[in-house]
Amino acid sequence: MAKSVHEIVNSPKFKKLVATRWTVSFILTFLLFVVYYGYILLIAYNKEFLAEKVGVYTNYGILLGVLVIVLAWVLTFIYVIWANFSYDKRVEELKKEIR
Amino acid sequence: MFFAIFIFFTLMVTYWAAKKTKTAAEYYAAGRSVTGFQNGMALAGDYMSAASFLGIAGMVSLKGYDGMIYATGWLVGWPALMFLIAEPLRNLGKFTFADVVAFRLKQTPIRIAGAIGGILVVLAYTIAQMVGSGSLIKLMFGIPYEAAEVIVGCVMLAYVLFGGMLATTWVQIIKACLLLFGVTLLLLLGLAKFGFNPGNVYGAVQNLPQFGADMLKPGGLVTNPLDAISLGLALMLGLLGLPHILMRFFTVPNAQEARKSVAYATTFIGYFYCIIPVVGFMAAVLVGKEMITKVDKGGNMAALLLAELLGGTPFMGFIAAVAFATILAVVAGLTLAAASAMSHDIFVSIFRKGQASEAEQVKVARIAVVIFGIVAIALGILFKGQNVAFMVGLAFAIAASGNFPALFLSIVWKKFTTAGAVASILIGSVSATIFIVLSPTVWVDVFKFKEAIFPLKNPAIVSMTLSFVCGIIASYIWPDKEAEQKFEDEKLRTYLGVGAE
Repeated sequence: MAKSVHEIVNSPKFKKLVATRWTVSFILTFLLFVVYYGYILLIAYNKEFLAEKVGVYTNYGILLGVLVIVLAWVLTFIYVIWANFSYDKRVEELKKEIR
Repeated sequence: MFFAIFIFFTLMVTYWAAKKTKTAAEYYAAGRSVTGFQNGMALAGDYMSAASFLGIAGMVSLKGYDGMIYATGWLVGWPALMFLIAEPLRNLGKFTFADVVAFRLKQTPIRIAGAIGGILVVLAYTIAQMVGSGSLIKLMFGIPYEAAEVIVGCVMLAYVLFGGMLATTWVQIIKACLLLFGVTLLLLLGLAKFGFNPGNVYGAVQNLPQFGADMLKPGGLVTNPLDAISLGLALMLGLLGLPHILMRFFTVPNAQEARKSVAYATTFIGYFYCIIPVVGFMAAVLVGKEMITKVDKGGNMAALLLAELLGGTPFMGFIAAVAFATILAVVAGLTLAAASAMSHDIFVSIFRKGQASEAEQVKVARIAVVIFGIVAIALGILFKGQNVAFMVGLAFAIAASGNFPALFLSIVWKKFTTAGAVASILIGSVSATIFIVLSPTVWVDVFKFKEAIFPLKNPAIVSMTLSFVCGIIASYIWPDKEAEQKFEDEKLRTYLGVGAE
């Protein structure tokens, strides 16, 4: 059962795919902004806190700096896992309907 | 010694690549045959420039914690690139990001605007790289500045001219491996002196005679929050508008591989930026600030001096070779991006209306490479001794304000029109450039005026908003029914990859 471009693009399945894709993207982008700007604003407003010691020598500033990089990486992998397991499958289903 | 091996080996790769490169798709996009892992390495290679390797290590060794703030800023664009544009970009584009914007809009005006935005970014980035590399090579090998520029230019031209994207990609991969291996070795050899505990490094930094404890605290870098946010926006979203990064996505076969390549790139780059500050701190302890500033005031030699101390002259030679490879590879990537904008967007799409034979396309691309290579050498020599630190900031600001808004709106917004795209690219690029000239970084530091006309050091927050607003207003004033209708085809291709090249 071949469908035209118009039918596919306006099918509820396709619309849901697009909506979910951007919801996931925007939530992750938002989290990234919170993490990064939280860190930057902390530096701007509360330098004393960052200079406090966590371990014997390491302070919060160094710890948080590394944490921002690690969290950015974690967010990227959340996206990859979601895309591999959920997005790709639905794309395949929709592609079958075209032919 | 290491250089000779590196240059010989990469030229062999170029020779091999040249034999495989015949069509335009092979020249610009390595025949779309690059795997996600390889492209991830190459992206990391494109992004980890000499400025971030030697520059951040040096900055940390002299100023301490502030250098680390930079390191985090450089990374956060990658997740954003993944979430917002990586896959649509792969599905919609052919060779340049202007392909994506022009997908359902009028070719000629978009191509011209896109090429201007792209070339401006690449030029600013190239000037920074060329000037930085000239002085670095002069410091490392004692070759005169002008000769260094010509050497970098010629070797880079050999890669790009004959081997195209395939050779450039492999040079990036080799360089990324060398760089990651080099800094890891540097880290391990250094940490061996601190009982393999980074905590001991910070302890030793704290006990340094002058300004010890202050090194671990954030200093004067982030004082004005608005400035910091604006810089953060430029770093984060500027990545999404850098032509030499975007064009790498056309080398992989499909959107899944594009996704994988960002994941790998983020991993390598994240790892790199996690350990570079530690290397900087170790240099501060083991080599000492006095020694570092004696060799170079900016601190750029910190990593090299640390290498010499830890592994003697051979290890220093190796790290220097890595730095040299880094410079070559980044300039090669930039040149290819500029050449694709000139030949694919301007020549083939506008003068030939897309009707050029494969042989002609490749020939024009090679001519564009030579022109840009000569321009790069000339600009490098022209800007000798200038403070060009703001150039990278400028490149990111134009990319974030000119290229990114048009790219993003064309992917997500149905009512986006030709007028809107042209307005957002041109107004974004021009306003970013003007604001930078009027900002403290140029108006006060370079032109020596007393007070800056524009208060922020980085204009992205203003110029990017302006670009989005103008793009949207222009789209409403001059609507385009045809483009709206084509949006359905575009969507099918954006999300499902149907019909992607």
